[in-house]
Amino acid sequence: MTFEYAPAPESRAIVSIKPKYGHFINGSFVAGKKHFPTINPATEEILSHISLGGASDVDKAVAAAQKAYTKTWSKLSGKERGKYLYRIARILQERAREFAVLETLDNGKPIRETRDIDIPLVAAHFFYHAGWADKLDYAGLGHSPKAYGVAGQIIPWNFPLLMLAWKVAPALATGNTVVLKPAETTSLTALLFAEVCQQAELPDGVVNIVTGDGSTGAAIVNHPGIHKIAFTGSTDVGKKIARAIASTDKKATLELGGKGANIVFDDAPVDEAVEGIVNGIFFNQGHVCCAGSRLILQESIADEIIEKLKVRMSKIRVGDPLDKNTDLGAINSKEQLVKIKELSAIGDAEGAERWSPQCNLSDKGFWFAPTIFTGVTQAHRIAQEEIFGPVLSVLTFRTPQEAIDKANNTPFGLSAGIWSEKGSRIFWASQHLKAGVIWANTFNKFDPASPFGGYKESGWGREGGKHGLTAYLKTGKETGSK
Amino acid sequence: MSFYGLVDGSEKSLVDFLNQLSGVDQVGAESRAAMLATRSIKTTSKKWAIETAISMVDLTTLEGADTPGKVRALCSKAVRPDPTDPTVPSVGAICVYNDMVEVARTHLDAIGGKHVPVAAVSTAFPSGRASMEVKIRDTQDAINAGAAEIDMVIDRGAFLAGKYGLVFDEIVKIREVCGEKAHLKVIFETGELVTYDNVRKASYLAMLAGADFIKTSTGKVAPAATPPVVLVMLEAVRDFYTLTQRRIGVKPAGGIRTTKDAIKQLVLVNETAGPDWLTPQLFRIGASALLNDLLMQRMKMSDGYYASPNYVTID
Repeated sequence: MTFEYAPAPESRAIVSIKPKYGHFINGSFVAGKKHFPTINPATEEILSHISLGGASDVDKAVAAAQKAYTKTWSKLSGKERGKYLYRIARILQERAREFAVLETLDNGKPIRETRDIDIPLVAAHFFYHAGWADKLDYAGLGHSPKAYGVAGQIIPWNFPLLMLAWKVAPALATGNTVVLKPAETTSLTALLFAEVCQQAELPDGVVNIVTGDGSTGAAIVNHPGIHKIAFTGSTDVGKKIARAIASTDKKATLELGGKGANIVFDDAPVDEAVEGIVNGIFFNQGHVCCAGSRLILQESIADEIIEKLKVRMSKIRVGDPLDKNTDLGAINSKEQLVKIKELSAIGDAEGAERWSPQCNLSDKGFWFAPTIFTGVTQAHRIAQEEIFGPVLSVLTFRTPQEAIDKANNTPFGLSAGIWSEKGSRIFWASQHLKAGVIWANTFNKFDPASPFGGYKESGWGREGGKHGLTAYLKTGKETGSK
Repeated sequence: MSFYGLVDGSEKSLVDFLNQLSGVDQVGAESRAAMLATRSIKTTSKKWAIETAISMVDLTTLEGADTPGKVRALCSKAVRPDPTDPTVPSVGAICVYNDMVEVARTHLDAIGGKHVPVAAVSTAFPSGRASMEVKIRDTQDAINAGAAEIDMVIDRGAFLAGKYGLVFDEIVKIREVCGEKAHLKVIFETGELVTYDNVRKASYLAMLAGADFIKTSTGKVAPAATPPVVLVMLEAVRDFYTLTQRRIGVKPAGGIRTTKDAIKQLVLVNETAGPDWLTPQLFRIGASALLNDLLMQRMKMSDGYYASPNYVTID
């Protein structure tokens, strides 16, 4: 007997998308000059037209943010700032379904993830940071830490609204004002967030959103009125930003790429490890900077794990992101799909063995079946370069030290996973792994209270938790007080 | 004796086998079960799921106050769950105490229900606290009275004390008593085994000893058939099939009262053991109240509105 799940699409009636959007500057929407289309990557349907921000738009946004900082936001007590953040958090919860559907339409990720993961975490970030707003003096950061002023924030397309929350919530809680640029392909939820700011009666200019492409981002980075840059995106762009601000006094946090190692020891809980492997690389179509994209298996259980992984992968439901039963949605853009295909072709050419389950992929939109490469070695490019798609490279090891050596042998250092039922082994491995986030017997779990960030080329600084606050605060001598 | 060539029946071989099983990570198992519970089953697939679930119900009454009249009424319902609609399938089985087996069998045969088997709870159900002689006699009684399925309980005290050989031997002996006449379902009482590691070990222990089905609970102890427990058991039968090429059935029992609960169980089966298990031969749901909810949801799907509970019979 077969148990086919009938389509169970979430209704898109709850969202109303305007045909054209401007920038959100000083509390209101202002028309842009040039526009570019934003599409639904699952269908290639044009959803709306987004303004391409230029230097003058960024100027206006920075001026508004500076004014708001000087005139209102820096004069409010932490308690008052916290009230706004709580209000935003509550509105986000009330409008969660609307945000989830819009995010799925614009990004291509499954509604199950936007509904159960992205949007609840967004609200959680605002709630968490609302609580910090009036406690900064007691956070162990020294006497009266001070805001920097205007934060320029540039966010990626993989978790559009969640990355906005990671940036905006701590900036506002610590008393900074914001000029934010969403990613070119995923601006819609940021623009809906602008409506939430209006609904929460956030003072004008505290949050400004300028949409656009890389040139808009560069205008923000290079603007003299910006005191702090917060960027999440590729290592290449991160390096450009680091160079651009090298001779300035701008502070920066950079959350960049990764090639996370997911290490499975022979005493791992096998079924849950297989789930963790799937969640590590196929969550969000693998568009996750901390994805567990390198599976490092102890040789003695490698065959068993790969066999079970293949069975499990054949259960992954690829298709309409709005269908509540979809596990793997669309690749966010044609450009990204091309990159995934290119790197996978390199995997074939280098002699790794490719496997994917049978998938009926739609002709319209951008799709890539969940894929694993076995027989991968450190020397393969697919073991070194970030693919940022649903593609897993599988390596093996024989001794624990070999696992650690392979895991650390990468220019990145963002995340790692350890699977073992043995506590002492988990502690030993986590002490030796060079990664900012290490999960034990789970993967891709996020919490606003937990700092997130990388070693080496994975970035500078931490976001979330108490550590994340320091990125937005002058402490000690920096504050100018004695 | 050889049990699938995997153990020789000695305490040592059992301990060795059970100790090499992978552990279950509690958080991971629970989150997988919770994720599968979010599957949205609508329209045609919901109708299919409801009818499949009806055919899998082990319609149960296990009360001290059971009467022959109540058992006969239950039998009528088992054969034709919805008297107004002959397209509704019969349930998987009737599940009663020993002394009601004959009443049930006779009545089922009399009303055209020869295809509905009678399952008897056995081996000093629900506690399992009796001598082996009594348990064997108990089982024989049930089979003599016409039971085609025996739902035995394991000795949880022995299992928790690590006396796996004892638990194993009891199952083997009851399996012998059942012979060709009856299918054997082994009840773990997972609410007393507590950990998922124990559930996995008990699953293999029972399968190696010759169980045809592994069953979560008696229905007398809560928690019973929680989704993660059923998930772990479904993983066990799936992996046991890989090892032995034999498919063992799974029966969650206790706490499954609504159509939603039942559909969640079918999703667990579909995405864990696989579609091969989506048959009453390999998956049963031990329940009493569930059947009425399934019938009401089925009516709602055809009529478009919820009927009063008075449109289904209370027993």
